[in-house]
Amino acid sequence: MFNFIIKRLLAMIPVLIGISLLLFFMLRMLPGDPAQVLAGQMASAEEIETIRRQLGLDRPIYEQYLSYLSRLAHLDLGRSARTQNPVIEEVWARLPNTMLLAVAAISLACLFGIPAGVVSAMRPYTWVDYLVTMASLFGISMPVFWLGIMLVVVFSVILKWLPAGGTGSWQHVILPSVTLASFVVAFIARMTRSTMLETLNQDYTTTARSKGLKENVVVIKHALKNALIPIVTVVGLQFGLLLGGAVLTETVFAWPGLGRLIVDSILARDYPVIQGTILIFGLLYILVNLAVDILYALIDPRIRYD
Amino acid sequence: MIEATEKGVCRPPHEFSTDTGLRRFCFKLRRNRAAVAGGVMLMVYLAAALLAPLLVPGDASAPNLIRALEMPSPGEPLGTDELGRSILGRILYGARVSLLIAVGVVAVGLFIGVPLGLVSGYFGGKIDFGIQRATDAMLAFPGFLLALALVSVLGVGIKNTMISIGISMVPQYIRLVRACVLTVRAEVYVEAARAAGTRDGMILWRHILPNVMVPITVQTSLSMGTAILFAAGLGFLGIGVQPPTPEWGTMLGSARNYLFHAPHVATFPGLAILLAVLSFNLLGDGLRDALDPRFKV
Repeated sequence: MFNFIIKRLLAMIPVLIGISLLLFFMLRMLPGDPAQVLAGQMASAEEIETIRRQLGLDRPIYEQYLSYLSRLAHLDLGRSARTQNPVIEEVWARLPNTMLLAVAAISLACLFGIPAGVVSAMRPYTWVDYLVTMASLFGISMPVFWLGIMLVVVFSVILKWLPAGGTGSWQHVILPSVTLASFVVAFIARMTRSTMLETLNQDYTTTARSKGLKENVVVIKHALKNALIPIVTVVGLQFGLLLGGAVLTETVFAWPGLGRLIVDSILARDYPVIQGTILIFGLLYILVNLAVDILYALIDPRIRYD
Repeated sequence: MIEATEKGVCRPPHEFSTDTGLRRFCFKLRRNRAAVAGGVMLMVYLAAALLAPLLVPGDASAPNLIRALEMPSPGEPLGTDELGRSILGRILYGARVSLLIAVGVVAVGLFIGVPLGLVSGYFGGKIDFGIQRATDAMLAFPGFLLALALVSVLGVGIKNTMISIGISMVPQYIRLVRACVLTVRAEVYVEAARAAGTRDGMILWRHILPNVMVPITVQTSLSMGTAILFAAGLGFLGIGVQPPTPEWGTMLGSARNYLFHAPHVATFPGLAILLAVLSFNLLGDGLRDALDPRFKV
């Protein structure tokens, strides 16, 4: 297992180089002079020249990239054009909020999605199955930000049960996490249903039933346990969608996370923060996929990476 | 995002070039009530987009502050927004913008992704390695975030929204087309064309591309739904289509400020997005099921 984790970490290097190249050229794709864009419209020629030197834009492109890589390796993501704070500090301050939202949403999605998929697969082509299938399709098609707004209208404006936005208590987490989970729960339910339909028809499930085991034991210990690998894969892949959804959900609920930071930075054309936040999002996505790979081995003893 | 490869549509592309295959496909598609419902909903949206000037005479963007935030009534079935404009009128005109963006996004994805996927799968070797590593790097970012990053560089507006979302979908097209080319390039007719001295470009254009069109069609239907969602998301954040152009996401973005007084302003544009995306997803799912040999009617 240890060797596997080391190999997977090494395999991340080419992807990380690819990400760094994308982010590096993102700033160079800006129409006009990047130094002028970063300095702002009112900047003097000296200020622009200083920024050009600071960014190393007066040096050859390969030198610029190597210096960018070296700064990244030291976690130096530059300074925010708005606040002048180091980008890493801005990101670090908001990361726990986004992680809290993401973990709450994924937990909710698993809590509802997996049982919904199991029930749907146990009674295929009945009204329960059709209900779950249609609900999943609606979930996938629904804009998360609209659902968030509708939840605010019902639970904050009409019923006055929950706060409409902000942070501070556990009540503040409910609406944003439900909104974010709605999208992922649909995918998890769909995948659980299709995988369970296969495992429920396997020989080992028939054997378990013929031994006289209770249906609940057959479903949970034999069918669901074997269906977990594709479900965990989907949960990992959906984490990316969840990060995208977090940008919108955090905006609806004024949640001070990375998503809100990136939107504010785009509106203020604060490129160092945009680059830094996107890099952290990319890293999070890769690390979650690594965690999923490790989980495979823990869930299924047949998988041995050594 | 739902993908065309989910149920192995890629597997038997050449089967559908025959009359029997096509007839079986049409029969399966017609029997799929969800796909038919999706198709009908899509037709309604297309009709609304085309007939918007006839259905709503006048300028849908012209403000009329005396009638601001009116509740739904027989005269204004969906009420008015904060500037007194008809919400129904703006939703109908919004269908034009959203469908235009969806088509533009898919066009960008197709024009960049399909040739790269064809070349990557057909030639293999270093070209394949280079294209696939670039694809890996793009796939390391969730699609919406990639679109967001590109919009931050390119700027706001309809054209840049299309380009940004379109580029974010390129990796999926590359992967899908490459996977299909890998199965098709070993077919006897490709070998025969090569043996007859046909040039690689001609083989790709005349023999391989027609046989990967089926999964591309399915992916296109599913991508259009995602494109509408992404465009609405960017519009909602204020970095997509800009006011006063009627776009559903932008409408929702400005409606957010009036939730306590006029929640109806936010309700209807969201429903329009939901049903449009649902229609593309239902149709895409139906197409995929009809093309999957394992799926029996």
